[in-house]
Amino acid sequence: MKSSRRQFMKLAAASALGLGAGKLAFMGDAPAFASDIPTAATFEHPLKAKHWGMVIDTTKFTKELVEKCAHACRKQHNVPVIEGKKEVKWFWGGTFEEAFPNQIPEYLSEDVEKREIPLLCNHCESPMCVRVCPTQATFQRADGIVMMDMHRCIGCRYCMAGCPFGARSFNFQNPRPFIKDEDFNPNYPTRTRGVVEKCTFCTELLAEGKMPACVEVSEGALTFGDLGDENSEIRHLLREKFTIRRKPDAGTKPSVYYII
Amino acid sequence: MLEKALKGSPRYWGTLAGLIGLIALGSGFWMYQLTNGLVITGLSRDVSWGFYIAQLTYFVGVAASAVMLVLPYYFHHFKQFSKMIILGEFLAIPAVIMCMLFVVVDLGQPQRMLNIIIHPTPNSILFYDMIVLNVYLLLNIVIGFISLQAFRNKMDPPKWIKPVIYLSVIWAFSIHTVTAFLYAGLPGRHYWLSAIMAARFLSSAFCSGPALLLLLTFLLKALTGFDPGKKAIKGLALIITYAMCINVFFYLLELFTAFYSNMPGHMDPIIYLFSGLHGHNDLVPFMWTATVLGLGSLFFLIPTKFRENPPALIVGLIMLVIATWIDKGMGLIIGGFTPNPFEEVTVYLPTFPELMVSLMVFSIGALVLTVLWKIAVEVRVEVEGCNHSLVPPKAE
Ligand code: SF4
Ligand code: SF4
Ligand code: SF4
Repeated sequence: MKSSRRQFMKLAAASALGLGAGKLAFMGDAPAFASDIPTAATFEHPLKAKHWGMVIDTTKFTKELVEKCAHACRKQHNVPVIEGKKEVKWFWGGTFEEAFPNQIPEYLSEDVEKREIPLLCNHCESPMCVRVCPTQATFQRADGIVMMDMHRCIGCRYCMAGCPFGARSFNFQNPRPFIKDEDFNPNYPTRTRGVVEKCTFCTELLAEGKMPACVEVSEGALTFGDLGDENSEIRHLLREKFTIRRKPDAGTKPSVYYII
Repeated sequence: MLEKALKGSPRYWGTLAGLIGLIALGSGFWMYQLTNGLVITGLSRDVSWGFYIAQLTYFVGVAASAVMLVLPYYFHHFKQFSKMIILGEFLAIPAVIMCMLFVVVDLGQPQRMLNIIIHPTPNSILFYDMIVLNVYLLLNIVIGFISLQAFRNKMDPPKWIKPVIYLSVIWAFSIHTVTAFLYAGLPGRHYWLSAIMAARFLSSAFCSGPALLLLLTFLLKALTGFDPGKKAIKGLALIITYAMCINVFFYLLELFTAFYSNMPGHMDPIIYLFSGLHGHNDLVPFMWTATVLGLGSLFFLIPTKFRENPPALIVGLIMLVIATWIDKGMGLIIGGFTPNPFEEVTVYLPTFPELMVSLMVFSIGALVLTVLWKIAVEVRVEVEGCNHSLVPPKAE
């Protein structure tokens, strides 16, 4: 099952490529992107891990930096920009209270109170979204990443009820008109209406041996790495700094840690 | 037997035509939803289930409630229910159909619906819900038609139907338990995360379902003269009363746990529902209506002299149905999503198109019910040989 999933991902990547190329030809500006089109060589040195995780150093985050990361993610994944309560978001910012609603002290330090805390899917070790999904459209990879198959999703939104972190967004409408032209990435598929989406820990970039888009632009505030390898940078950081996770009492075991 | 549905008075055909008209109207709005997506509903990222799923929850209860007739009749030989039992089974069928349709209209990608079967996922409660609902539908169709056929031929029903009936009793409990488990196992939703959820679902189903059945039976009696018998009505009214008392009791248990423990997560949804949270009090009038009607229904149901007096009984039943419909439908679903995972309130109210799509589903249910009950009544008329079947059950 797992390996066939991996094959599927490869196929999906390849078909995304086809789609991108098709779109380019149609738009008549193929040369502009031609150099970006991945070839087999692109996937020769993928990044691998026992269990991917992330450490977020909230002390380094400002509103601007959160927006910079969010923008990198939107641009990489064709995330639509929709205003209001039907919005779609993979990476965004919130107050400390929003991020950690069950551990707010009566008197919070001013600095933390003003801080913009980045929020994204926690890629939980025991993800509730995977447990409830009736079609396995949400599934967990061997390396811990909680992944979506947007072609299988039936849009029942059970996963949204199941996720205790509000990490998932539903495409209430066709998202394509809401993707900004200048942010369009022809190498990544767009979604159709009626499916759920969320952060994927940039599996498509890991497959190319690259770090996630938000990590790349985070100026060192985001550390991404292998939680399963005790010599990894991320484990060093976790040994060094005190971190907390969002809603540990929900029992989903998030793989995203926060330095406060 | 189905031919019975093809002959009828202008009133019968008029009803069907009216319902088909409503279905057509509603399906126009469904087309609108299919072309634009669920953006036409009031749903949001935070309140991602709403009116549709609320109806699913309520009508699973109505479907399960047939067991309140089947169980006393077959397990305790309460023969007074002999005329009514077919009505219960034939109410369960449209109720389950409506449940399924409410799931379908709620899906973002309904054309991929079969993925639930193509990729069976035993860790998902929705997978089990799909199975139990389908099997329950089948059970009721088989049991309903086989016993009606036997009755028509003046024969005892075939022996093999007995175990099937026993199975259907267990199955009725299972459909509502599984539906409660859809909600009760989610770690982030405090209002749902309660071990008593399934018990509450059952108690509310066993008062609201039979109450709806009894109201529809009174309507049937007024329209066709079909009389289930005084004792049957009395018996069912008593069951409804007990179930409603238990239902209210269970809710009070929830209140105690939430407020004595003083846990914010458990209190917040209830505070939101009954007095508003962070300045949002959109559901407050609904919940208080439900409270007043729910307690009011007990006022009409508990004293025997009201309960056994049809006009007072009918008032009590109507109050009960509305109260449970608000509590177990919108109250339950929205309470589960509020406050959201960030302890904020996002308001949800159904939109007009959403209500029209629901109207389509309700009308389909009413249409199926009309046809099935028509068959049941006609078979009675044929067997008992008198127009309108005014004969009460033999035992009386
Ligand atoms: S944060 Fe939510 S969506 Fe992400 S893995 Fe955990 S439960 Fe699933
Ligand atoms: S909406 Fe899609 S991903 Fe979420 S539970 Fe349903 S099928 Fe699975
Ligand atoms: S890891 Fe990738 S998908 Fe997730 S928020 Fe960062 S950029 Fe977006």
